[in-house]
Amino acid sequence: MDPQFNPWEKQKNMNGNEFSSIWVYLSATPLLGLTLTLAAYITAFTLYRWSGHNPLLNPVAISVALLICLLLGTGTRYDDYFAGAQFVHFLLGPATVALAVPLYLQLGRLRALLLPIVVSLLIGTCVAAVSAVGIARLLGASPATLLSLAPKSVTAPVAMGIAERIGGLPSLTAVLVVTTGIVGAVVGFKIFALLGITDDSVKGVAIGLTSHGIGTARAFQVSPEAGAFSGLAMALSAIVSALLLPWLMALLGFTR
Amino acid sequence: MDLITGITLLLLYQLAGESIILLLELPVPGPVVGMLLLFLTLLIRGRVGVALEATATGLLSHLSLLFVPAGVGILVHIDMITNEWLPITAALILSTLLTLAITALVMKWTHSLIRGKSRKT
Repeated sequence: MDPQFNPWEKQKNMNGNEFSSIWVYLSATPLLGLTLTLAAYITAFTLYRWSGHNPLLNPVAISVALLICLLLGTGTRYDDYFAGAQFVHFLLGPATVALAVPLYLQLGRLRALLLPIVVSLLIGTCVAAVSAVGIARLLGASPATLLSLAPKSVTAPVAMGIAERIGGLPSLTAVLVVTTGIVGAVVGFKIFALLGITDDSVKGVAIGLTSHGIGTARAFQVSPEAGAFSGLAMALSAIVSALLLPWLMALLGFTR
Repeated sequence: MDLITGITLLLLYQLAGESIILLLELPVPGPVVGMLLLFLTLLIRGRVGVALEATATGLLSHLSLLFVPAGVGILVHIDMITNEWLPITAALILSTLLTLAITALVMKWTHSLIRGKSRKT
């Protein structure tokens, strides 16, 4: 796939001892990337549970940090890692489809709160995109970065699709989406406490709209109700953003 | 067997979603259309099957795991991110705080507005 890829080149750089030659051999197969991803997540999740679900020890952030240290430390390229990790990444698609299930199971509460949800969804989606693009533009970001930032609050598979459509870089968007998810999961419930928000359905909608799946994972630890509404807001905001953002960015003059 | 049935169902809906996107040239990602189709099916059918519910719950309960490979992708964009670290960091943090606060307040206010109205009538 990549003309620069040459496992023997890497072996020369790594002193040629036995461990590194095994590593080089394995990193050329999908097995290593897949196993490392799962092992890093289990480590990070165990740490998170031991800490009593301390939001600062977000499992995604810790897993990513562990894997980056490992890849940099061993000189493994992202493409080689992703050859294995793609099997996990691929599941984002079916997981998006699976959101229909909690959405359906919350149908009763969805009907009762339909108007507040629709209003906050429309306003929240615009705020998420316009504030990110506006702030970055004021501080001099490049057009590619601006367009990659626009769908930062949308769940990864949909955000990458939107980025591609409006002219951003889907892989940069994925990184920005994950970071937004982590920031929201870390600070979200502190913000709600500061604002005097007590209703779990409101907290769920706000964190799901802002921080998609990573926020939803956090919301499920607070209460099942917050989690369900977060999943609901994530699913609905994915639909609203996919329809609204290409149009909104064109309206604001951000097109390539 | 439940797991296989559940996964197959989800993949079939995703496949249907992707096909519709290609046929109609819609601006929406395939999995979102797949989700809408599945939601409509559940509405018509009136219940979620055991296999589908178990698979969906299992997949969604560790949703954060699925974001890890994309997060590690920061390695590929490290130059771009270090060059534009200030606008990117500021935009991510401020916009996230703003979105959290505004969405929560809008929902709280519209909710109490509706409750207030329905109490009066």
